[in-house]
Amino acid sequence: MNRIRLFMDSDLVFRFGRDRVAQFSFALFLAFVIAAFAAPLIAPFDPYDPMQIDLMDSEIPPLWQDANTDPRFLFGTDAQGRDLLSTILYGTRISLIIGFCAVALQILIGVSIGLISGYVGGRIDSFFMRLADIQLSLSTLMVAIIASAVFKATFGTEIYGNVAILVLVLVIGIAEWPQYARTVRASVLAERSKEYVDAARVIGLPRWRIMIRHVLPNTLSPILVISTVQIANAIISEAALSFLGLGMPVNKPSLGSLISSGFEFIFSGSWWITVIPSLVLVALILSINLLGDWLRDVLNPRLYKD
Amino acid sequence: MALLEVRNLHVEFPLGRKTLQAIHGLSFALDKGERLGIVGESGAGKSVAAFSILKLIAKPGRIAAGEVIFDGRDLAKISDEEMRQIRGNRISMIFQDPMMTLNPVLTVGTQMVECLKAHRDISDAEAKRLAIAKLREVKIPSAEERFENYPHQLSGGMRQRVVIAIALLTDPAVIIADEPTTALDVTIQAEIMGLMLDLCRDHAVALMLITHDLAVVSQVTQKICVLYAGRLAEQGPTRSIITQPKHPYTQGLIKALPQQNEPGARLFQIPGTMPTLDDVPAGCAFHPRCAFADELCRREVPEPRPIGDHRVACHHAEKVASA
Repeated sequence: MNRIRLFMDSDLVFRFGRDRVAQFSFALFLAFVIAAFAAPLIAPFDPYDPMQIDLMDSEIPPLWQDANTDPRFLFGTDAQGRDLLSTILYGTRISLIIGFCAVALQILIGVSIGLISGYVGGRIDSFFMRLADIQLSLSTLMVAIIASAVFKATFGTEIYGNVAILVLVLVIGIAEWPQYARTVRASVLAERSKEYVDAARVIGLPRWRIMIRHVLPNTLSPILVISTVQIANAIISEAALSFLGLGMPVNKPSLGSLISSGFEFIFSGSWWITVIPSLVLVALILSINLLGDWLRDVLNPRLYKD
Repeated sequence: MALLEVRNLHVEFPLGRKTLQAIHGLSFALDKGERLGIVGESGAGKSVAAFSILKLIAKPGRIAAGEVIFDGRDLAKISDEEMRQIRGNRISMIFQDPMMTLNPVLTVGTQMVECLKAHRDISDAEAKRLAIAKLREVKIPSAEERFENYPHQLSGGMRQRVVIAIALLTDPAVIIADEPTTALDVTIQAEIMGLMLDLCRDHAVALMLITHDLAVVSQVTQKICVLYAGRLAEQGPTRSIITQPKHPYTQGLIKALPQQNEPGARLFQIPGTMPTLDDVPAGCAFHPRCAFADELCRREVPEPRPIGDHRVACHHAEKVASA
């Protein structure tokens, strides 16, 4: 109870209460998350169940169009006759899962390496930072394309379809760890020279304990700030890969593969298959980025604007 | 045998082509419950001496020669793990600025319990009980409440009390206090100094007090070491160092104290400043600032030699003492 009260009294909550943009983007983001994870409950159809899909229903326009609409399909249907609303809900869920898990993996790898590099220094530091330089000299998308292409070629599309989420999380997670490693290392270097670290050493605490209990909590705010950017980036990366046909398979579409699958039909008049998921993706990314901007402003007192 | 004995300690910092001698041949001994003051200007090597006893000198500094005997063991030779068991357990340290030495994101209690659990195999509840008892001992009001507080919720004097409580937590044999009152305002300084003195007496803890404040040292300690540019200038019993200094530098320091002057008169100054470590003059490091300096001082480094109950590193100590 005490902790909850402390949190409610905090500067973070106070500033949130006064910032309309933050409230709006948080509400939007929360709505996406809830809708996505409650998809099996609220979606009118199950897009993964072939029994519910009828090819005769394909390319039905959204309800607000004039002709050929069907009251069952609010946002219309795609080329396979799947309800677009349901598919978007399930697709958002996949996009979010990949985004969160990939960032969790990035944090796990990046923060550990950054912490060790910054605190231990010397050769270990040089080794990891050169590794990060090499990783960063290859673009994320390139690494991801090579990795998923190789995987697809070795194990075949069948197996790939089953483990696509895992592969995407691994690829995006591993490709972007240097962002965290570098940020954390920089903060650790600044923290390490502070006296409380000397004091902790003088107390006789073991090295790992000083790193995890004393230094790490003091580097949390930059981690929090880049996390929002990284989640947005991971979702975009996943969408881009899926759009290129290297991400989620068509029978389990994410937002990216949905956009991609509709792209073939955009000139035949079925624009909604591409446009509606695109709008959802844009809104989702925008809400995360606005939230991240706000968080950065709040956590860095030097940037106080008002 | 002394509890802590430093013998002929040399600490150096390799810096590119040069090697800086931060400490050159320092020796002193500290008995159980004894209080020693290490005095000198900024950069004289006081803090480096403290850190080298705990083997926590910042890289690339290293102990080049000498021994640090504690409880019959040479600390310069034992393993890192054995050293870790001594730090904060048998030898504690108190730093200058309590604002900086407490971790801002952990509560006072967490930091105290952590220290205890690093050295004792005890339960959380027992650790908490001991920590609160220590907080009471350093006269912190409503200790239970303070236990849950973060450092920023406490005042400067209160924070330094917490730091002292942490230092005393494991009942150490030696406390090294590196300018423990410099960051506090004068009224609090006296309180904290008095508290430390009482606690050291009560628990028979040996205190190594590092400071540039001769007034504080003269009230608290029994022995004094005066350092100049990494070398010993003079050491001896506090009373006789203050009343009969035999090194021109010690003499200058004491003359510079406001109490020694007529009200309204200008304070005495030692001309010049202490040399930086990369620019120590040949011969006696103090000779450019010394009124007694002659050709011998410019040529030869004076070795510490016993004069009365002092050890003095000056070629002309007899002349200085009678001046």
